[in-house]
Amino acid sequence: MSWLRLAIVGIALSLGCIASSDRACAERLIVSVSNHRVTVTSSYAGEELVLFGSVERDGNATAQDGYDLVVTVSGPRADMVTRRKERRFGIWVNADSRQFLDVPAYLAISSNRPIDRIAPPDVRRRQQLGLDNVLLTQRVGTDYADVVASDPFRSAFVRLRADHGLYREATSAVTFLTPTLFRTGIPLPAEVPIGTYNVDIQLFSNGALVTRTQTAFEVVKVGFEQFIANTARHHGLAYGLATAMMALLTGWMASIVFRRD
Amino acid sequence: MQLYLPIADIPINVFLILAMGAAVGFVSGMFGIGGGFLLTPLLIFIGISPAVAVASVSTHIAASSLSGALSYWRKRSIDLTLALVLLGGSILGTVLGVWLFTYLRTLGQLDLVIALSYVVLLSGVGAAMFYEGMRAIARARRGGNPTLRRPGSHSWIHGLPLKMRFKRSKIYLSVIPVNVIGLLIGFIGAIMGVGGSFILIPLLIYLLRVPTSTVIGTSMALTLVTMVIATVLHAVTNHQVDAVLALILMVGGVTGAQFGARAGQRIRGEQLRLLLGLLIFAVGVRFAVELAIRPEELYTIREAGGGG
Repeated sequence: MSWLRLAIVGIALSLGCIASSDRACAERLIVSVSNHRVTVTSSYAGEELVLFGSVERDGNATAQDGYDLVVTVSGPRADMVTRRKERRFGIWVNADSRQFLDVPAYLAISSNRPIDRIAPPDVRRRQQLGLDNVLLTQRVGTDYADVVASDPFRSAFVRLRADHGLYREATSAVTFLTPTLFRTGIPLPAEVPIGTYNVDIQLFSNGALVTRTQTAFEVVKVGFEQFIANTARHHGLAYGLATAMMALLTGWMASIVFRRD
Repeated sequence: MQLYLPIADIPINVFLILAMGAAVGFVSGMFGIGGGFLLTPLLIFIGISPAVAVASVSTHIAASSLSGALSYWRKRSIDLTLALVLLGGSILGTVLGVWLFTYLRTLGQLDLVIALSYVVLLSGVGAAMFYEGMRAIARARRGGNPTLRRPGSHSWIHGLPLKMRFKRSKIYLSVIPVNVIGLLIGFIGAIMGVGGSFILIPLLIYLLRVPTSTVIGTSMALTLVTMVIATVLHAVTNHQVDAVLALILMVGGVTGAQFGARAGQRIRGEQLRLLLGLLIFAVGVRFAVELAIRPEELYTIREAGGGG
């Protein structure tokens, strides 16, 4: 899709600069998403948004060796269950399961170079950079905790979401057009979750967080799609009766159209 | 042509769904069955969640069985009394089935139960039909008399109380086994997303000795009512009926069924049963293989409390 045709609906200004002593408010980020309202209609089959922005610097800015950028897009949150099949009595059945609490249904992390070269491990963990460091809270028995990235349930969860285009980590997706002007794509898959998406943009220099800003967009069903989904959810009985009527009408019409006797 | 389904929440190719509906419609028209046992697995295979597939296929079967039932009605080959008595048990069975369906979904064992029911029922019924078809063909070759009605060979079922007369089928029978069969079919139908006529028809023929002239029409009338009820119940309890998906399936299905019915008239009854038995058995075996071999992907994700 062409992002040029889309009006810039809003520009998120970064006011929350990091109050670190030596480089206070030396940089700020100005970003915008090409579309703040993605509409899911009957012809929807995935879409790619573009996020672009620039790094505004005042005189105190000191980053001589360039900036690094990590963009984290997280979709609406939900509880999800991951189940593992095991062989029981000769057949494969769902046995063990873990519940992931309040995890994003969509998660895309883009950066301009591999995240392990942008920041040291402690910063990566603190800022939740990359799929390995994003907090995915699990309920393990009665405990609530995130586990190590190599946990089989966690890695299976991330892998399955990635297979559907719902989780992704692209370490070369952010392009610096000039040293301060950047853009990146946000690919939304066909099975896009409906809801509000938060975009968190973090600027790093020399492995330290310089500043960050946030913006958001929403994915909504509109028109017929919205009508059907809402009716099915909130007026189940009416919806069921209407669907049954539709079935009966179709069957009746077929018997007239194809009548042979 | 891609179309985004509002409840299933995925885009599908309209022509693929139409073709699937038509292919299954062809088979169902040919054998006089609903075809849900073929359609539900196909939908699951192309990525539609089992809950949406089962619920939407019920709607599809309601449409195809109405068009079938109407033509049998015109030929006066529906036994309304028998259909009503079956229905009594069937409504209860459907309610129980939808309730169990909802409960199993929260347990995370819905897929397993659907798969197991497919294995057990399809391979059992398929094998029995195949065997019976073979015997009928062998009998016809020997030049014997291939009658299904064997007066005098009454089983214990005919000794049960509460007897009533089913005029159009010309049988005199207790309502208890009829109700029980209805309950079973309603229950199975709601859980598996099938009309259940592939089980109902053999039960009516071999157990209750209903004549073949009324059995298909009556089974279609019953399927029609149970599937309408299943549609409404699935819509109320699980919110998983995709009307758009169902409509596309119906349009393909009713068209395919017409051609299937024409093809079916050119094949002899016992050969038809043999073929249907083979088909049902093959689907059952496919599910069995899937359960028995190690799946490529051991993990599955489901949204807690939604999405199937």
